[in-house]
Order: sequence, then C-alpha cells, then structure tokens
Amino acid sequence: MANDPEEKQPSASSPGEPSAPKPPATEGEAAPKPPAAPAVPAAKPPVAAAPPKPPAAPPPPKEGPVALDNDIVKRYKAKFGEAIREAWIDRKQAILVVSREQLVEIAMYSRDEEKFDWLSDLTAVDWPKREKRFDVVLNMYSMEKNERLRLKVHATADERVPSVQGVWATANWEEREVYDMFGIVFEGHPGLTRILMPDEWQGHPLRKDYDILTQDTAWVRENLGIESGQ
Amino acid sequence: MADERIPFATHAETTVLGADEIVLNMGPQHPSTHGVLRVKLRLDGEKVIGSECVIGYLHRGVEKIAEHRSYTQFAPYVDRMDYVAAVSNGLGYCEAVEKLLGAEAPLRARVIRTILTELQRIASHLFWLGTHALDIGALTPLFYCLREREEILKIFEKYCGARLTTHAFRIGGLQYEAYDEFEKDVERFCKPFDTRVDEYESLLTGNRIWVGRTKGIGILTAKEAIDYAASGPVIRASGVKWDIRKAMPYAAYDLYKFEIPVGKNGDTFDRYIVRMEEMRQSRLICLQAIENMPAGPIMGKVGKVLKPPPGEVYHAIEAPKGELGYYIVSDGTTQPYRVRIRPPSLINLEAFDKMIRGHLVADVVAIIGTLDIVLGEVDR
Repeated sequence: MANDPEEKQPSASSPGEPSAPKPPATEGEAAPKPPAAPAVPAAKPPVAAAPPKPPAAPPPPKEGPVALDNDIVKRYKAKFGEAIREAWIDRKQAILVVSREQLVEIAMYSRDEEKFDWLSDLTAVDWPKREKRFDVVLNMYSMEKNERLRLKVHATADERVPSVQGVWATANWEEREVYDMFGIVFEGHPGLTRILMPDEWQGHPLRKDYDILTQDTAWVRENLGIESGQ
Repeated sequence: MADERIPFATHAETTVLGADEIVLNMGPQHPSTHGVLRVKLRLDGEKVIGSECVIGYLHRGVEKIAEHRSYTQFAPYVDRMDYVAAVSNGLGYCEAVEKLLGAEAPLRARVIRTILTELQRIASHLFWLGTHALDIGALTPLFYCLREREEILKIFEKYCGARLTTHAFRIGGLQYEAYDEFEKDVERFCKPFDTRVDEYESLLTGNRIWVGRTKGIGILTAKEAIDYAASGPVIRASGVKWDIRKAMPYAAYDLYKFEIPVGKNGDTFDRYIVRMEEMRQSRLICLQAIENMPAGPIMGKVGKVLKPPPGEVYHAIEAPKGELGYYIVSDGTTQPYRVRIRPPSLINLEAFDKMIRGHLVADVVAIIGTLDIVLGEVDR
C-alpha cells in the first residue's frame, strides 16, 4: 500500500508546503477536499494550493472542520465571553480555542463544572508560519458524561503558557515533555526540566525547524565519544 | 509527611538531606525495572520518603519519525512502542487514521482485529503476571505464563508471520485473511484457559507471602487515580468502573458481552485481581467472536495513497496497559503533520511517586511491577 516513493526531503521548511509530486493518481484517491468551512482556524498554514483532484472516492467522507455552537459552547461563552476565541467540530470531536491568559480558570471550570475531570493528554503542535506558532492542546475526558473535549491555546515562542498541573496532577510530566520537545515554557510549573532528552541537550526536537537529522553534535561528542549519532 | 509533594531536586548539589537520609539510585540497569527505568529514591532508613523517575533512555523520537513517513509507512513503527502488546498499538493507530480519513474497516476485519487484540491483552497480562511475580520472589508462575503466552504468539505467527512486532493490521482493514485453522486454534487456546488462570491463582491469591507483599502496598485512591489520569487496570483497581471498550466502543466490542472487573482498595493486590479477571473476560470475548465470524471483505475502500483531508483527530483505545491515544493532525498531504501518542505506561508511571511514599525499598519493585510499564512506550 505504501506507494509514496517521494520521501519528503528532510528540510526545515517543508512541513507547511504542498506535498511532493505524487505518483500517478490511482482509482482510490481517498480525500476530496471538504468544503472550506468558515470556522477553519485562520492561521493554518497554506495547504489550499493542492492540485485539483479527480472526483473519485466512492463514499465521499464529509469530514473536516465545521463551526460549532451547541450547548456546551454556549455555556463556555456565557461564562468566559471573549476568552473563548473559536469553536469548531472536526471528525465529530469538539474543539475550543481559548485565551492563553485565562487557561487556568477555564481548565478549573472544565474540571469542576463541566466535569471534564480526566485529562487524557496535553501536547503541542508547531505551525512555524503562523504568527503564534504553537498550539498547546488539551484533550479532556469526562467520566460522568462520557464525552471528550479539546482545548487549544495559541502561543508564540516567547510567550509563557500557564501551567495546568495544579488542576490535573497528570499535566506535570506532559508539560515537561512539551517543554522538552517544543521549548514552550509553562508558567507556574514546579520543576520544568527536560524529561526525555538529556538535561544538557540544546534544541527542541519536535519543532518543525529542527531537522530530522539534526542533533546536538557537541553533546554527542562529549558524552558518547563519537562524531555522530546517525 | 507522605502527603506533602516535596520537590525532589534533580541535581546533587541542590539536594538538602536530613541527617538520616540517603539517596539511592536504582537502574537504569536493574533486573526488576522492566527495561531502562532509573529511579532515584530518597530514603530514611529503609523507608522511601521521596522518589524521582528518570526516563528517556530508550527515546527514539517516534513522533518525529512519523512526520517524515507516509501514513502507511509509519504503521510498523508503532509496534515498537509497547513491544509486549504490539497488536494493540497497531489497532489504535489504524483506527485513528481511519477516523481521519472518514473510513471504516469492514465488519469481518473488525471482528478479526478484536480477536487478535484480546489475545494480545491476554499475552500482555501473562507476561506482566510472570515478571511481576518473579520480582516479588515467586519464580514458578513465570514458566506457566510463558507457556500459555507461547501459544498466543504461535497464533500470531501463523496469522501474519511475526510473533512480537506483528504489524498485523492495515489502515482500512487487514492484509491477511484468517488462516484455515484460525478459529480452531483460538478455540483450542481459549477453551481450557480459564482453568489455567485458576492455576495461576492457586499459586498466588491465597499465598501468604504474595498477600503480604501486595496487600496495602501502593495504594491509589479513586480520586488520585483520576487526578493523575491513570487508566486501564490501574484506575479500575481503584474502583472506577471505566473501560473504553464499553464507554466508547471501537473495533467490534459492541457485539460482545463482557464484564468490567473493578477493585476496591486500589492496592497492588487489587490490581492483580483485576488483571486476572480481565484475562478471563478476554477469553470470553474471543470465544463469542469465533462462534459466528461474519463473512465478507477484509479491506475497506481507502485507496492506495492516503491523503486525509486537513483536520485532526484524537482516538483512544483500551490497550492492555490503559488508554492508548493517538492525536493526529493532517495538513492534507500524504504525511502526518503531527502524531502525538498518549502512552498509558508513561502516564501511569507518573503516579509512582504518590504510591511509593511511606513504603519500603523492597516495595519499589512491587509497585513498578504492578504499574505494568513498558519502557519502549514510556520513552517512545
């Protein structure tokens, strides 16, 4: 099944650009573009310039972001007003973009009032072409309602994101991992150190401008006694 | 004192110790840490008053690799995370990408996936039981457990040619049809398996040493378990009746009847009981599934080049260790823009410090064992 021989060249600028030339399109081109919904986060990197696609694909998947305004969004908006920046639904999963400054209050409210007491996951996504390049993403789950909700916060490389480890203890290590991999600093975290990479490592590997072959050569030379880890 | 979250300073020069305290280093090369886990313990005599887990020794940058492979090419990599339960990892990834594509695997494929995943759960729990008992000093169960696990691995080998890192599933369904004797093999394994579980229990459950080493050790209350986002048998042993197979059914779990075993005290013994019962339930699921296997295709229509429309998805499954989540962001190209893997082992390990405080050094191995961590998954 894997016939994408055009392995993307590991270049720092590649991620946001249209994909490498693809092999001759075959019968099952699976992904017709969804109708451009107005609620698409404005700052997504430009991928719209994809080449026109053959109208194949038997069951056209009606997936993709659509603006959301249901009860839960209304409750959040009633409580926090402008701090709820955007809301949309993607693959039946609700997503709220919230203000960075009020993240802790919103997290508290989510946990206590909306009963999203179980934080599945906290991670980040890097969009280097955006003005605010980082998304910090919180995937919450409510045991009581059996529902998931995703919170997102935008941040630049210099902005600090408030730590939610006081709301969910589990966020402690996950924020350390995000710091380690993206270099996002969490305000109020009790011990924000690297967790997976060595403490002295330079650079943050999951940033898009960190090439897949990049490494901290000085660290490797000093600690492993070799010229390259590759 | 044990309730206080004393920050455990990372660097020796900033660690201020009381007159009676010492810092003991365990690992990364230690026979009972199940891989390369390093634990720094702060001790008062033999009592642990603080701990810090140092991880990352097995970090391979799986999430970075994902951004440079096509969706299909990345599938075998996920098997290398939790290498004791590779089939479950593959199921989570394939289903997450299917959700992203808006596709679904055909029913027959989902049923075969369910059977293999449940067998994998049994295999994973057997390996956990054997090594956990071995850590605590019971040598015998390991041999029985590996004997049964071997039978499961043989089924995997017959099905797809590999025993451990199977890459059994494909995005959109399956590559291989079940082999001729598949149902028979599964039945031959499952039919007598409940008596085998009884056999293991006869070695351990009433054993005074086992009970002494596990009862009341490493207690995690339901509230703490939720706060630390523990999942799988760890949270169920604390009394939270929550299983993603029931709460948000995937694969073909909505077709079968099974119970969610829960514990009461949230200690090491309860986690043991919960996992033993889970093996019995997995056996029942397999038996129900082979009873009427639906006919039909095993591969859905997903096309040869996978290009999910831009967007994102979070999909979680109930892996043997807990909630295994995949958060995948697509930018409309053939390669994922971002793949985040939520490993249950890592998150469960986070509660280790909470569980160990106040216990003895000897209990460290019991608690590491009861969390059922695999370092390939913790470090990715």
